[in-house]
Amino acid sequence: MKNKFFFITIVSFFIFCFIIFYKGLNNSNIYVPNVDNKKNIPIFIAKDFFLENEVSSKEIFNDNNFYILNIWASWCVPCRKEHSILMVLSKNKSIKLIGLNYRDNFDNAKKFIDELGNPYSQILIDEEGTLAVEFGAYGVPETFIINKDKKIIKKFIGPLNIELLQEIEMYLK
Amino acid sequence: MKIIKLFLIFFIIINFSQLKSDEKFDDLKNKILKNVRCLICQGQSVYDSESDFALSIKLVVIKKINDGLSEEQIYEFLKEKYGEWVLFDPVLNKNTYILWLLPILLFLLGGAIIYKNLIIKKNKV
Repeated sequence: MKNKFFFITIVSFFIFCFIIFYKGLNNSNIYVPNVDNKKNIPIFIAKDFFLENEVSSKEIFNDNNFYILNIWASWCVPCRKEHSILMVLSKNKSIKLIGLNYRDNFDNAKKFIDELGNPYSQILIDEEGTLAVEFGAYGVPETFIINKDKKIIKKFIGPLNIELLQEIEMYLK
Repeated sequence: MKIIKLFLIFFIIINFSQLKSDEKFDDLKNKILKNVRCLICQGQSVYDSESDFALSIKLVVIKKINDGLSEEQIYEFLKEKYGEWVLFDPVLNKNTYILWLLPILLFLLGGAIIYKNLIIKKNKV
């Protein structure tokens, strides 16, 4: 009787472990931070790409409309891929597109913009990548939708595509 | 001569305390960086990694320490930005209590089994 109880307990324990590990196998082992949490935009001072003067977050996000902040770099291949989507987004008058140039060389970044066009109403320089950390980004490209209350309502990790463009337009409605 | 000696002693003391504070700063910085996970190369800590993300986090941590933030405040900042997973050392909360309590429970259970068997063996003898 005692042996039977012991046997059933051991078997149940192994079945339990097997189910847990089997379920774990299907989970992605690449961690992605939560992209739907509403967060306030950080308070910061950054250098303007073209004017080279310092601007504060208050001055950048001062209008009462939606903002899209896109983190990009000239060395980032997926950024090149998503640039046409950003050019489409820039035609939307209800939003302001802000670019954050991440750990880049100024001349290369300038060439990138000259070659592919400038979709941004303002570009900020993030030479050390610390500003991207304040936004909770960990690579390029990343895109943030900021609502009229100056809250980040959605984050897209990786390059934008047609489907994501439609999703962004849904948020702006 | 006496003045020079005094000056030298004073100079050495000042430099020694400076070294001590630099050491303290480095210790704290390294302790924090070793407990932060690099999100690009996810098995590594920020301390070990040389990715762009890790380099940026290193700069942010240095800046935060210089701004006077404590270790806990820096962890809170990083947790707010990237979630709990960014830290190697998980905090005890509703999602992690099994992780923390299971080893203790297993230890107690194992102890109880050993104790019980010993008592039974002793009684049999």
